[in-house]
Amino acid sequence: MNRADLENMAQREQERQQGFRCRLLCCASTPCLSSGGTAVADALQDEIARRELNAEVQVVSTGCMGPCSRGPVVTVQRQGEPDLLYENVTPDAARRIVQQHVQGGEPVQEHLLPLDIPFFTKQHKVVLSNSGLIDPERLEDYVARGGYSALAFALREMTPEEVCAEIIRSGLRGRGGAGYPTGLKWDLVRKAPGARKFVVANGDEGDPGAYMDRTLMESDPHRVLEGMAIAGYAVGAEQGYIYVRGEYPIAAKRLERAIRAAERRGLLGSRILDSNFNFRIDVRIGAGAFVCGEETALMASIMGRRGQPVPRPPYPAQRGLWGMPTLINNVETLGNVAPIITHGADWFAGIGTEKSKGTKIFALAGKVATTGLIEVPMGITLREIVFDIGGGIPDGGTFKAAQTGGPSGGCIPAQFLDTPVDYESLRALGSIMGSGGLIVMDDRSCMVDVAKFFMEFCMDESCGKCVPCRVGTVEMYELLRRITDGSATPADLATLEELCVMVQETSLCGLGQSAPNPVLSTLRYFRDEYEAHIRERRCPAGVCSLDQVPVLEWPDRLHAQALAGNGSISGEVN
Amino acid sequence: MSVVTLTVNDELVSAQEGQSLLSLLEELGIQIPTLCHLEGLSERGGCRLCLVEVEGSNRLLASCVTPVQEGMVVRTHSDRLLKYRRMILELLFAERNHVCAVCVMNGHCELQDQAVNLGMDHVRYPYLNPDLPVDASHERFVLDHNRCILCTRCVRVCDEIEGAHVWDVMGRGVNSRIIADLNQPWGTSQSCTSCGKCVQVCPTGALTTRGVTVAEMEKQHDFLRWILDGRNKKQWHYPAGEQ
Repeated sequence: MNRADLENMAQREQERQQGFRCRLLCCASTPCLSSGGTAVADALQDEIARRELNAEVQVVSTGCMGPCSRGPVVTVQRQGEPDLLYENVTPDAARRIVQQHVQGGEPVQEHLLPLDIPFFTKQHKVVLSNSGLIDPERLEDYVARGGYSALAFALREMTPEEVCAEIIRSGLRGRGGAGYPTGLKWDLVRKAPGARKFVVANGDEGDPGAYMDRTLMESDPHRVLEGMAIAGYAVGAEQGYIYVRGEYPIAAKRLERAIRAAERRGLLGSRILDSNFNFRIDVRIGAGAFVCGEETALMASIMGRRGQPVPRPPYPAQRGLWGMPTLINNVETLGNVAPIITHGADWFAGIGTEKSKGTKIFALAGKVATTGLIEVPMGITLREIVFDIGGGIPDGGTFKAAQTGGPSGGCIPAQFLDTPVDYESLRALGSIMGSGGLIVMDDRSCMVDVAKFFMEFCMDESCGKCVPCRVGTVEMYELLRRITDGSATPADLATLEELCVMVQETSLCGLGQSAPNPVLSTLRYFRDEYEAHIRERRCPAGVCSLDQVPVLEWPDRLHAQALAGNGSISGEVN
Repeated sequence: MSVVTLTVNDELVSAQEGQSLLSLLEELGIQIPTLCHLEGLSERGGCRLCLVEVEGSNRLLASCVTPVQEGMVVRTHSDRLLKYRRMILELLFAERNHVCAVCVMNGHCELQDQAVNLGMDHVRYPYLNPDLPVDASHERFVLDHNRCILCTRCVRVCDEIEGAHVWDVMGRGVNSRIIADLNQPWGTSQSCTSCGKCVQVCPTGALTTRGVTVAEMEKQHDFLRWILDGRNKKQWHYPAGEQ
């Protein structure tokens, strides 16, 4: 296939789609499937077949449309009319949609979700621009929306240096959490000497409550593959690996299919688009370890070894897979590549803030009216995300904090709601952007309990290689457990704080170094809650049942002294 | 090989390029506590006892896996480092059941020595008291998980020196365990050559000779040097007294 064939293919597919009077787009992403999306798609198909509308109405299983808590969702595209979105669609409602809306032209009002609400209007979709609009299992759908034209352009019109320079100029930073400038990393790998080079897409997303990478891989797998191929061209690699978390079978399956489809059409493999560039991609499936998101552990896992990190330097850009220079990017980072090449670095740099360019996908979860996947420009305030896009706190609650960055991140309290969301601002507040999990908490959440939850996660996911992380996380969890069950003393809090700093400063890899962050950030803003648990034996949010209060047969004076932590206790003990 | 100059504890010193910071500190006679490091085996950087402060880096670096660099400014014994080393030892003692009084290695144990040297005289963290088995299925040796600190010296010596790769690590986090072959009793392992190298390099009482009683077990690491010098330098004979 060459560039002209690609354009022909896009045109043929566009004409085919325009041949349908109406298209019904059903979300087939994991959240919608788990709330009954398959039955809805089947009901739509059956109803269309029953009414013999097959020739003029098409049902398409697409990727995520965003408002996951309102799923299953279905979009109706009728020619000449604006799109309409239905929420909470049941098989029954699906049949009504066909009968009333598709055939009759009259929308089914009770399931309608307006598209002009802030949830949609405040978003800016760059990476997810195809998500929810194309069938992820069909290459033609992607090509019809301009897919692989960025790769074709880069191969024909640009040198590898120019591709790297374009990415540097765009200001794109790593979306995996650390925010390292992507273009600089590409340039490092391009310049690194090595007989072979590799490109790795990190799709091992382990943060609790986060599913940005899964959605991108499920909804638009070709976007990631195209980004990888452009990266491979830019750095001089001929082999790529996409490392998918083991818990994401649908993403792995769709990626496999996408790779085969692209290889058949000459968009991957040898002599891509009739150029001299060869690039193969293989899928590697992780066995479900959070630490394998860390780049050195991920590479060990790809090479078939135990997924444990090794100290850096040398960085993967110098010595990566099998000792060769290796480029590792998060899949969301790679999802930005094709739009940057297509629209240019200046267009991309025009979105976002001065130091954080472009958009960021967040998985909005917790106590907000609409949870789901959102893509917003960098620099949007937390208030806009929570109250405009998320629709505010349900059931009359008040906003207490937002947890960003998962177990490596921290909590941002209400007084910082107007902080712009970018790498630097979040770091200044003691949290991080992370890969994009955003959990909203209301006044019924206990911050000590939240810290304990994340510490339990880190304790379970520590790989066990270095002592501070392996034992430190367990001891921190143990101390937090004591605080939440009412058996802690003020001395325990001091021990906890000291341990947090030590684990942060001495651990081998990012997992251990960031494991204490949820504790430290909650201590920073909600210390009074910790103290209420310890000194007053009560949980201000009413979450923890402090039933482990030790019954001490001591005189009241001594008990009070012990609770206050006033040094040694002297006197008669009865 | 070119030479680099760096500052260690306010003194200017020179080192060979590519040398690890730890080996330089040993040459200089600066005592750095280590547990997972053993000369002759690959470095792991896991015990974190050999951490040093390097100016310009906001992280502490494990000296065993950090190569020397021109102009590096290193501090090896700050108050912060000493405090962290003691805390790491406390964590190790809290993790499993290190009861020195009834241990066959009492008095010859590297973990115990480090605790004495660093002045770690009590543990402030909750003891985890895991319920761990003892594998006494081998006819000559015993594996006691209660004393294991997961330094993986046994894994590395068996893989890198003996070439049998009997040992490996199972599980993760605090649930990691040293296993023989595919987690089977050591005595039934087909790959074990019963050479005893793992027993000799183990810093604690986790791997011991069968039948020794409390405080009897002593370990010899010297064999690593004989083997590696023989293999790499074809130097098989040591002057009397050096063995």
